[in-house]
Amino acid sequence: MPPLARRLTRRLALTLFVLWGAATFAFAGMRLVPGDPARVIAGGVQANATPQVLDAIRDEYGLREPIVVQYARFLGRLLRADLGGSYQLGRPVSRVIGEQIGATLALAAGAAALGFGLAVALATLTAGRPRLRALSRAVEFCSISTPNFWIGILLLAAFSFHLGWFPVIGDDGPAALVLPCAALALPIAGVLAQVTREGLERALDQPFALTARARGATEHRIRVRHALRHAALPVLTLSGWVLGELLAGTVVVETVFARQGLGHVVVAAVRGRDFPVVTGVVVLSALVFSLINIAVDLLYGLADPRIGAAA
Amino acid sequence: MSGDHPSAPLLEVAGLSVAFATRHGVVRAVRDVDLSLRAGECLAVVGESGSGKSVTARALLGLAGAGARVTARTLAFEGRDLRTLGGGQWRRLRGRRIGYVLQDALTSLDPLRRVGLEVAEALEVHGLARRDDLDDQVIRLLTEVGVPDPRVRFLQYPHELSGGLRQRALIASAIAAGPALLVADEPTTALDVTVQAQVLGLLEERRRRGTALLLISHDLAVVARLADQVAVMFAGEVVERGPAAALLSSPAHPYTADLLAAVPGLDDPDAPDATDGPEAPHGPDASDARGGPGGPGGPVRGLPIVRTGPAATTGCPYAPRCALADDRCRSEPPPPVSYGEGGPEGEDHMVRCFHPGRERPAAAFETPVAPVRVKNRAVVSVRGITKRYRSPDGSRRTAVGDVSFDLRAGEALGLVGESGSGKSTTARIVLAEIVPDTGTVLLDGEPWSGLRERDRRSRRSRIQLVDQDPLSSFDPRFTVERVVGEAVPGRMPRRRRRERAAALLGQVGLDPALLDRVPARLSGGQRQRVAIARALAPGPEVLVCDEPVSALDVTVQAQILALLARLRREAGVALLFISHDLGVVRQVCDRVAVMKDGRLVETGAVADVFRAPRAAYTAELLAAVPRIDPGRTAGERPHAAVTLEGHP
Repeated sequence: MPPLARRLTRRLALTLFVLWGAATFAFAGMRLVPGDPARVIAGGVQANATPQVLDAIRDEYGLREPIVVQYARFLGRLLRADLGGSYQLGRPVSRVIGEQIGATLALAAGAAALGFGLAVALATLTAGRPRLRALSRAVEFCSISTPNFWIGILLLAAFSFHLGWFPVIGDDGPAALVLPCAALALPIAGVLAQVTREGLERALDQPFALTARARGATEHRIRVRHALRHAALPVLTLSGWVLGELLAGTVVVETVFARQGLGHVVVAAVRGRDFPVVTGVVVLSALVFSLINIAVDLLYGLADPRIGAAA
Repeated sequence: MSGDHPSAPLLEVAGLSVAFATRHGVVRAVRDVDLSLRAGECLAVVGESGSGKSVTARALLGLAGAGARVTARTLAFEGRDLRTLGGGQWRRLRGRRIGYVLQDALTSLDPLRRVGLEVAEALEVHGLARRDDLDDQVIRLLTEVGVPDPRVRFLQYPHELSGGLRQRALIASAIAAGPALLVADEPTTALDVTVQAQVLGLLEERRRRGTALLLISHDLAVVARLADQVAVMFAGEVVERGPAAALLSSPAHPYTADLLAAVPGLDDPDAPDATDGPEAPHGPDASDARGGPGGPGGPVRGLPIVRTGPAATTGCPYAPRCALADDRCRSEPPPPVSYGEGGPEGEDHMVRCFHPGRERPAAAFETPVAPVRVKNRAVVSVRGITKRYRSPDGSRRTAVGDVSFDLRAGEALGLVGESGSGKSTTARIVLAEIVPDTGTVLLDGEPWSGLRERDRRSRRSRIQLVDQDPLSSFDPRFTVERVVGEAVPGRMPRRRRRERAAALLGQVGLDPALLDRVPARLSGGQRQRVAIARALAPGPEVLVCDEPVSALDVTVQAQILALLARLRREAGVALLFISHDLGVVRQVCDRVAVMKDGRLVETGAVADVFRAPRAAYTAELLAAVPRIDPGRTAGERPHAAVTLEGHP
């Protein structure tokens, strides 16, 4: 088998293992929390379900069976890509997720693009220039240390209430996406800019940068054509972290901006102990994580030809 | 263009000074340097690390760096005053009229860009090629510098090329726009001797075609072949400058003479060589003497710190290391004076010395001692070891193939080969760091390589390693006392351990006052001495020295080699001496084993192998070693003096 295929096979096998682990943890987590699942399905403690109703639910959902059998059933359904039905919403989990994922993807993708773009621009402009760098670092530290929701509120106050440039809430049209994306992207951009700048400065210190200068290349050319690619490696390594930040951030940002999305669904599901929905989102997140990491792994080889040869 | 007139110099530099403002004060890296270079001529600037030679070269390209203050009375190239150039004007000059080649093309070519793109860059930025013509031009350039299969190489990355091909590609990128001047900063330092000869041949070819060459090197022997003029730099000053033939045959400055004496020679085995030269117990190291690392200011960019106070202006910078120095040398700086009759065309031979050309006192040299008695008992027996590695593409590569040799007690055996020949892998197998696939290593006739580490541990002290880069083998937070003391076996109170460490430092010629220093504040030579002291601490029978002097300046290198020779006599340790440098092996070793592609091609007594090599490869290696012809006299055509084979 060629090395690339061998590597991909190994990574995909690892992905399956990760999915199994994530699903198992979700299963265990929901079952370990005290309380009777049947009551949750019946509508919570307040619903005052009769014992007959609870018994019927236990039969229907197989809650009387030993936990091992329930676990095996759960895995069996998962293998058929059946995430089950939501306890609270009474609809298949896959449809619940399907309806909401578009809005969240748009938000996350927009924020990622904005975060990376902002970071690269900042770093390229300020690397190796002490005064600009000091200014940029101050801004970056502010954005790193401010929570998403507070950035969101500040952005809303400035650009929606005061200036009226963007809608306050809702999710219609690209204009409504700008502020949520910015709120999500700023802390990420702060960290990425620092990492990118360090990579750039290290690259600019290398003999090849001196060689390029000696060929008469402009500073801009040396940064963009030579150094930036060297800075890409540590930034790529952070992609997993960025994804985590985005997932966690969407929950908050969707709440602040009153947007539709998975974040909303998860918050409701966890609060209501809607076990199938939580499991579905966890498994989906694990899958996205794994796939992104495989993509990053392949991108390493593209960004640095030496890695492709060594791996 | 004034460069077209043969008499007018292409490059004229007078009173060039470069100063860096640092936290530790102003570092005057280059002081009052005069140079001049005509079209088609080669000027070699020679000096040790920190002498300011690279800074001088970069100043000529306007690349002395941020924070550098460059001043000069004259700084003219092709009749243009470089002192008044703006950023854009410099850029139009760089790459187009002045090409620049750095050492080690692995880092000097962008490792993430294809070779073709790198070569094309100068053409691109100066708009010298149309887009559809660019590839053809690059391929033509690669062909011109002797890169085989240019159409394949063009699309490869630097790491996929051998060191020699990389350096050729780098030269191609520097000459792409047809510059009138090529500045080459240590262009062959990282290369094996045979490849070095080829690259020098390539540069010679450029000069023949009319490109002026400014060649920078720490190695006089390398530049001797090419240079018409030589300028020797020390501590930021040109201490001697003149026609190559005159300067090399009758050096006027004691530093030049020391440099020449320190060049490891291949030709005069019986002469009292430099190994027994300037090494003196407790003698200050090179960098110490000029107040470098370890001085009160600390190291800055590897440059000597020259205080701007009164101390800076008093005395000759070489006085602390000079055997001829007297009170006048220490109190007033020697002005430049003419020496000898100069060159055949009336070129000036300048020297900054109060005692130009005077014989250095013989007392500075240790007298050669009786040869070491080698016992006929093998301490290390290597029996048919083989080690294979899997390549990235899945094929298996033989790093070491069926190698056998004996190292006798008290003997010094040189293991010579080019990079990739398997000599370091062999050393690591001897040290039992890695286990051979087949074959065995015996230590004192007992099993060694096949044992479990637990069974080896008690005997580890008998065989010790001295590495090429000692700094990375020291814990940076440890003091010298801890580095050396830790290696002393057994339990003992701290004071006794400190005494032992101090005694070991004395044994390697270091002042015990260094015990409290951290390694980063030692000079290169001092670090290597500490590494040797640490290796000696457990009282070994065998020292494995892996390129122990490759990273050092020639004069310091000579001191370390002298130290190793002395330790062999005094402590009776056997040396397994690994080096790519035949001259170094010639000085230290009794026997030599030559490796190529993982196999031993020749083993024998040093004298025999160097006089009459049996293997063709050994002959090739010997022929490629740059050397200064001892019979060469002033007035001879300089570049005819050195005979070299194997260049393209």
